[in-house]
Amino acid sequence: MTRLERNEKLTRLALLLVAFSAVSILLVITIFIFSEGTPVMFRYGLQKFLFGLDWFPLEKSYGLLPMIIGSLFVTAGALIIGIPFGLACAIVLTEFSSKRLRRLLKPIIELLAGIPSVVYGFMGVVILVPFIRDNLGGPGLSVLAASIILGIMILPTVISISIDSLEAVPRSYREGSIALGATRWQTTRMVMFPAAKSGIIASIILGMGRAIGETMAVIMIAGNAAIIPRSLLDPVRTLTSNIALEMGYAAGEHREALFATGVILFIIIMVLNTIANLTSKRRTP
Amino acid sequence: MSGPLHPKSRYLFSLSLLVLLSFQGGCARGSAQRGLVVAGSTSVQPFADHWAEVYMKENPGRVVNVQGGGSSAGIQAARTGAADIGMSSRELKPEEKDLLEVIVAWDGLAIIVHPGNRIEELSLEQVQNVFAGNITNWAALGGSNHLITVVTREEGSGTRGAFQEMVMKKNRVLRGAIVQDSNGTVREIVANDPQSIGYISLGLVNQKVKAVRFDGVEATFENIEQKKYRLIRPFLFVTSGAPNAAAQEFINFVLSRPTQEMVRHDGLIPVFKD
Amino acid sequence: MRIYVDPKIEQRFFRAVLWLFTGVTVFILFFIIFYVLKRGLPVVSLGFLTKNPVEMGKAGGIFSTIVGTVALTLLAILIATPLGVGSAIYLTEYTRENWVTRVIRFGSECLAGIPSIIFGLFGFILFVTKLGLGWSLLSGGLTLAFMILPTIIRTSEEAIQSVPYAYREVSFSLGGTKWQTVTRVVLPSALPGIATGVILGVGRSIGETAAVIFTAGSSLHIPTSLFSSSRTMSVHFYILAREGISMANAYGTAAVLIIAILIINVLAYTLMNKFMRKYC
Repeated sequence: MTRLERNEKLTRLALLLVAFSAVSILLVITIFIFSEGTPVMFRYGLQKFLFGLDWFPLEKSYGLLPMIIGSLFVTAGALIIGIPFGLACAIVLTEFSSKRLRRLLKPIIELLAGIPSVVYGFMGVVILVPFIRDNLGGPGLSVLAASIILGIMILPTVISISIDSLEAVPRSYREGSIALGATRWQTTRMVMFPAAKSGIIASIILGMGRAIGETMAVIMIAGNAAIIPRSLLDPVRTLTSNIALEMGYAAGEHREALFATGVILFIIIMVLNTIANLTSKRRTP
Repeated sequence: MSGPLHPKSRYLFSLSLLVLLSFQGGCARGSAQRGLVVAGSTSVQPFADHWAEVYMKENPGRVVNVQGGGSSAGIQAARTGAADIGMSSRELKPEEKDLLEVIVAWDGLAIIVHPGNRIEELSLEQVQNVFAGNITNWAALGGSNHLITVVTREEGSGTRGAFQEMVMKKNRVLRGAIVQDSNGTVREIVANDPQSIGYISLGLVNQKVKAVRFDGVEATFENIEQKKYRLIRPFLFVTSGAPNAAAQEFINFVLSRPTQEMVRHDGLIPVFKD
Repeated sequence: MRIYVDPKIEQRFFRAVLWLFTGVTVFILFFIIFYVLKRGLPVVSLGFLTKNPVEMGKAGGIFSTIVGTVALTLLAILIATPLGVGSAIYLTEYTRENWVTRVIRFGSECLAGIPSIIFGLFGFILFVTKLGLGWSLLSGGLTLAFMILPTIIRTSEEAIQSVPYAYREVSFSLGGTKWQTVTRVVLPSALPGIATGVILGVGRSIGETAAVIFTAGSSLHIPTSLFSSSRTMSVHFYILAREGISMANAYGTAAVLIIAILIINVLAYTLMNKFMRKYC
């Protein structure tokens, strides 16, 4: 083996090691979160932990159901707001606008993704929360406020991935449909959309992941009461805010319970990631 | 790497080396440069930050780093050495009693409402009932006919602990209450929501909110010093074993008469006993 | 029974609805930027940018938080870029699609989806407490690096893939080794694309709060070493606004943040455009 060949081999090996960095980091994170969080779950009882209604950590009662449902509520709300707006933008940009306009609008919409989440939360606090309190009642810090802000925050994810998948549909599909006398809208609805379906679903699932994982914006506007909300105007606490809210003062088992909250969040996100990964894989033949 | 470096990459290489080296230099001086780390309760933080500011002005060259994080994080940090001094706004738990504690000031707890609220006075029982969710309308307390928005602190917070102990006793704070994780945020919410009620450090009460008379006693420092106003709790500095020299010097500074006069000015109750 | 609607009218209706929704989205964006800049820009002055915060940020400027942000971001980039670009080189140049690359890609995609609060918890438990680094630039920088790694891997991979194969063939035919080809031909050509990924990583680091507050702490002092705790602009804004310490300074900080993000986006976009025009 020449020196050159040996060097090449070494480089390849080094690069392989580097390439595994992301996977190893993922593994280390998983191990740490699980080893800190799971003992208390089993000690306390998994069923009581997942389906218990009482979160009184100082009385050693760690029912996480209100937070699980809270996360689901605000995420569902975010999707109800984010999907129509996101898909509308994606369709307009791919099907109904001139190339010049698209080149202007796309980066502007992607800019939405760059605005720090605390700024969104703050906008919620100074504009949305008082508006809800004065016009709809309740404390304003509510499911509704959190849903709207999260709905705006997931827009860039939904839009950019939907655009990618709409653009990936072969030109011939669109041209064939138009040639058959269909209008642009008919083409979009009956040809483009079904063809890009898996990518669009992936975009929604990733948006969902972003909504479930958001912390700082939610903590500012959701009110954080550990109850199952009965209306859109009730305050709500999500899994993420449960962690961030109490981490500073938590000690002992309380702290472990917060890591356990992280475990649940982690599992939800991983399931969503895997689904998104599988759906978008099916698209490419 | 085979072959000589391309001039451009040589430049990049030496640049990154330079950056790394400069960090290396930082490492070597690490512990001396990080200064005295004081971490913990977000209630104590604003005051400690002020003390540190004055301390550093009077002792050029000394560095004091004040961090938030919460009482438990602070106590934890003091135990592991991540902080030289932990700050706590709650009493130490039995299992934490192995740490050394110094009371650096007393803090009053004020029950606050929106300045536009007609209510001026609440009894212990009334406050208990409002926070337990038994009284839900201001009308029941002589105010306007609106639902009460109860704002509380998160479980584990020193302020919440003190409030639970002194006001709620065996009753639970209602579950539907808005939960916030610092005095400042509670104050902000009460300042913006006309129907809300909350509790914060007396020293942080400003013109944006109104502190109500509690059991007929106004929340003032005179009343606390005369032991008339009963909602008070200690602010602690916690160290693992005897404080190191730098920590001891800062603690001495905080306990010194001029600083304690300043403590009064900041809105806390000083600890000197004469 | 189905009611017949003229497809042209149907199209007109839906087009109007779609444009309305798009209009609202763009309006929200402009509104947020305008709202923050209008209240924040009057506060921003040279003094605001170059003076340190006083009384927890009630008075003074935001200099130390700018330093904190830059230091933390730089550190994250310095750690993440070699790892990310290395991974991308391996995935594109040194291997074929097989189970190894699938595992690596899946891992990277999962890492991208993990919420920042989980990164924060992880960084807190590993770097801050277990490794005893405390709340420090190092803890925060490592945590942020892990967070932005997937972005850098993905964009670098795309950039390297779009370098025409002919470039490599020329290099090989001149007797270049694989490594020489990669470092002297492929990487320089892919540089703008890689830079875009790095800049996106910078943007994400600047805007991050949850992961940073648990790992880098919130000290207001100018960091002097890798072990000093530091507060970034995002964290500073969060604390100022939430605690109601000073709304004026909060808006000022937000304005500086937004302008930084704007510049970063424009930079990333122009680089990307240049790159696309060259190869696509």
